[in-house]
Amino acid sequence: MDLAIKLIVFLPLVAAAIAGLFCRVIGARPAQVVTCAALLIAAALSVFVFVKIGFGTEKLFVVKLFSWIDSGTLDISWALRVDTLTAVMLIVVTGVSSMVHIYSIGYMEEDPSIPRFMAYLSLFTFFMLMLVTADNLVQLFFGWEGVGLASYLLIGFWYDKPSANAAAMKAFIVNRVGDFGFALGIFAVWMLSGSVGFEEIFGKAPQMAQMRIQFLGMDLPALETACLLLFVGAMGKSAQLGLHTWLPDAMEGPTPVSALIHAATMVTAGVFMVCRLSPLFELAPTASMVVTLVGAATAFFAATVGLTQFDIKRVVAYSTCSQLGYMFFACGVGGYSAAMFHLTTHAFFKALLFLGSGSVIHCLHHEQDMRLMGGVREKAPQTFILMWVGTLALSGIGIPFILGNGLGFAGFYSKDIMLEAAFGVHTTVGMIAFWLGVIAAFMTAFYSTRLMFMTFYGKYRGDHHTWDHAHESPIVMMIPLYVLGIGAAFSGLVGYDWFVGHDWKAFWGNSLAVKATEEVLHHAHEVPLWVKLLPLVLALSGIALSYYYYVVRTDLPDRTIKAFPRLHALFYNKWYFDELYDAVFVKPSLALGRFFWKKGDAATIDGLGPDNVAARAQDMAGMLMRFQSGYLYHYAFVMLVGVAGLVTYFMLSAR
Amino acid sequence: MSSWPILSLITFLPLVGALFCLIVNGPKEAVDRNCRSVAIVTTTVTFLISLLLWVRFDPTKAGFQFEEKVAWVPALNIGYHAGIDGISLFFVLLSTLLTPICILASWESIKVRVKEYMIAFLVLETFMVGMFCALDLALFYVFFEGVLIPMFLIIGVWGGKRRVYAAFKFFLYTLLGSVLMLLAIIAVYWQVGTTDLPTAMEKLNLPFTWQCWLWLAFFASFAVKVPMWPVHTWLPDAHVEAPTAGSVILAGVLLKMGGYGFLRFSIPLFPEATQYFAPLVFGLSIVAVIYTSLVALVQEDMKKLIAYSSVAHMGFVTIGAFVMNMQGVQGSIFQMLSHGIVSAALFLCVGVVYDRMHTREIAAYGGLVHRMPRYAFTFLFFTLASVGLPGLSGFVGEFLVLLGAFKVNTWVAFLASTSLILGAAYALWLYRKIVFGELTKDSLKGILDMNKREIAIFLPLILLTIWMGVYPNSFLDPMAPAVDKLVGDYQAALKLARTAALAP
Repeated sequence: MDLAIKLIVFLPLVAAAIAGLFCRVIGARPAQVVTCAALLIAAALSVFVFVKIGFGTEKLFVVKLFSWIDSGTLDISWALRVDTLTAVMLIVVTGVSSMVHIYSIGYMEEDPSIPRFMAYLSLFTFFMLMLVTADNLVQLFFGWEGVGLASYLLIGFWYDKPSANAAAMKAFIVNRVGDFGFALGIFAVWMLSGSVGFEEIFGKAPQMAQMRIQFLGMDLPALETACLLLFVGAMGKSAQLGLHTWLPDAMEGPTPVSALIHAATMVTAGVFMVCRLSPLFELAPTASMVVTLVGAATAFFAATVGLTQFDIKRVVAYSTCSQLGYMFFACGVGGYSAAMFHLTTHAFFKALLFLGSGSVIHCLHHEQDMRLMGGVREKAPQTFILMWVGTLALSGIGIPFILGNGLGFAGFYSKDIMLEAAFGVHTTVGMIAFWLGVIAAFMTAFYSTRLMFMTFYGKYRGDHHTWDHAHESPIVMMIPLYVLGIGAAFSGLVGYDWFVGHDWKAFWGNSLAVKATEEVLHHAHEVPLWVKLLPLVLALSGIALSYYYYVVRTDLPDRTIKAFPRLHALFYNKWYFDELYDAVFVKPSLALGRFFWKKGDAATIDGLGPDNVAARAQDMAGMLMRFQSGYLYHYAFVMLVGVAGLVTYFMLSAR
Repeated sequence: MSSWPILSLITFLPLVGALFCLIVNGPKEAVDRNCRSVAIVTTTVTFLISLLLWVRFDPTKAGFQFEEKVAWVPALNIGYHAGIDGISLFFVLLSTLLTPICILASWESIKVRVKEYMIAFLVLETFMVGMFCALDLALFYVFFEGVLIPMFLIIGVWGGKRRVYAAFKFFLYTLLGSVLMLLAIIAVYWQVGTTDLPTAMEKLNLPFTWQCWLWLAFFASFAVKVPMWPVHTWLPDAHVEAPTAGSVILAGVLLKMGGYGFLRFSIPLFPEATQYFAPLVFGLSIVAVIYTSLVALVQEDMKKLIAYSSVAHMGFVTIGAFVMNMQGVQGSIFQMLSHGIVSAALFLCVGVVYDRMHTREIAAYGGLVHRMPRYAFTFLFFTLASVGLPGLSGFVGEFLVLLGAFKVNTWVAFLASTSLILGAAYALWLYRKIVFGELTKDSLKGILDMNKREIAIFLPLILLTIWMGVYPNSFLDPMAPAVDKLVGDYQAALKLARTAALAP
């Protein structure tokens, strides 16, 4: 077991090193073989580990590696911790990652830097695995920053494009804003509990809930403060409202990257973190309230933006942002298992949607604008069907009441249980989250089917040259799509009982906060009938409306825009967040930097300091020079003045 | 323990090399070649011998080891007293490691007065190592000031266009501080009757006001060296004008003299004043971190940008040293070591392209990754180390410092943490401008990737950076007892002072 865990984590690292460092020696094909093989083995081992822990009796394995940082009472080790929560993430990460690796063989076929790409993907997977197997906050931070690095490298993979470079930097820096909070949170937790290891922190959680902390001159409840700071980190990584601006831009990277990093795994790290720390958040009601509100607001906000975008990947990106919002409000109300359930199903169907979009983009020679698409189902019939699977899963479509839990696509189960959890807690915040979530569910169905109709239906609107060469993707790209398609179709049905149904206790063990989960799941299953049906009804009406808009009456979208120009501009321009940040943070920072440099350093410090001293010294020297004129009578005169002065002084002081 | 004086050996061996260089004669080419060889052999041997220190160092002991004591001016009780503890051990190693790297980096780029250049570096190494080993105030002062002379010459003779301005600015700034420190050393001497440091630590017991004055005098000297805001303006100029190796040694070792001085002298000798002035140090350090990071954002010269980033990173050092808990002080030392490697490597990275293009202007580059993939990797690696990516050396120091600071004052930790964001911004911006983008400039189309000599320079630094990031305990463990003693003595002295104040 220990060996399996070690192999899962380190095989991708080894593969990345081989592909990255020796790429010029071994060439592209071996690089692909090595990385794909490593990932497939890791995925197979993950299934083994998952089955053993999820359905076994032994719920926790900790593999100690070696010590990392020892300083005084601080003691941090490298260790791999695997419980059910981690095992679920292992399946998600290695599963999606191995599929994306294989898909990339086809998608990146014509790229000159294949080994570099494969190396980055594997490196990312390693950091992500370090993140989910972390045994303490600092190792979590290691993985956290590591995936940020990999994301930076992959967004900027096509380094010739200035927009890709800018997006990569933006992703790293905005994430750093989140990490700033995360780091402070770690410090706070360490100061309160004297430890950074999860086991010790959770043990001290009840005491920490009673403590107070002096933070920035304020006297605050300690645990709430720490949780809020940690949540800032989660907001950055999971692109929640306020720190979301990097995610849409991250679509500059190659599409497999968007599927792996910016949909299925890295962006869910924030949700994972909150779930991992659920024993803390459970005892921090105010912080949890903030989590709920931020999540609900993001779910709503991102959906509104998704309605108006034309870049096929950006639509999916905003949808990701919105779905992450769902997961957070589920966490906020205590439905950690529901959030993890959605995280898992979402990984499958969102990766499917991204890779499907990639297949469309590949088909149309790197065209991403949906206005220049249409009718693609003729050319790519398999992709078309698989995309429908993903879309229906995202919209949460299914038939309720049959077979006990109903029968439907993955999102049908996971999205409903989150909404039911929010409703079930019967708090104001929960109700806000519920209603925003329900409205967002309507919009989700609308924009995701809008994508389908604009892309696959109607007549092709691009140029004919592209259309003539359009073709279904090769088999190496289709296999991953089918695998993910199966996941998107059935993962909800299969996982329901284990994740949030009858067997949740046996499945999760102690890896999530038990008390909160129990309460929330109990209430979620008892909500009135209309709560269970409303999301489905709204999703169906969203699809119907979208069909009417984009298939039946294609003139309606433009007329709607003309009817609400302000609202459309707001949504289309992403609520002007980028412009706001540019004006409030970026420009003033640069201006301040220039001011400090020219006026502070050059004019003030140097001007008054060394340069001034030097100039005065020169003046002085010039003055003294005049005394040394060489004329005897000058010297005699000065001497006389001196003698006169001395005599006067002695006469006066003698009295 | 060894019977032969290992510290004196590594201190003065470079001087022997310098003598050899001095007597080399003949046609210019032969002289240049021979001097290069002498320098590289001497410094490498010195480095290898210095590794013995680490091997034989007893990591469980807090006190000084490898001590050597010879009377120097017996009439005045001034002695030649050398020794190292866990704090100074790694600074000695840092100096002996970076000098051969500097020699190697100057192999082709220095073409005029090679002999004198090598002599300057060898003499510099003697002074640097001697300073970190010195356990006598007078001896320390001699070495501390001695460092100035070769450095002044290296900038002034082999530097860029405004080298004379930069050299004088450097010299004036540092000398001003040093003069005050000399006064303070004399004052300490009058108090305890000797300049021997361990004796002074034991015996010195000054009233609070006196402590404050002397602390300020030492501070004047060390703050310039660190450099702390607002006495940092000599650094960008000195770096920009210095030859690559000069920048490397300046950033790698000379900046550490200030931080080391605080830990070795200011804190143990004047504990009450240290406590009194700590808020001042925090304030200046935070200004340094934020102010210089912002200034770095708008630089147009590669070296200037890295120089400003150095000031910001050194802000962490001073914060850590004065929070006076285990994590803060260890973090401070670790940050100095890491910065010594990483910023040195960054200056070497600038040197690589400067040697080819003879310009440091950021706008003159772009798209280097197309022609120089190895360089792109190396530069990225050290950029990431500099922004404190966990798993590389930069993270450990910053993390420990901030952790320590958080316990003492959340404002300090909060404001200093902003460098997480600002640091990433300027470092990635620089990298993007130099390395990424299309290769459009004609002047860059024929540029060559790093050669074997350059790889040989960077490879050890890369490995060391990973080692320090993944298993920093190799470095933290040996310094732990000495730091523990420093912190313990400091707390004890404060406690004593408090009880004394309470007594009628």
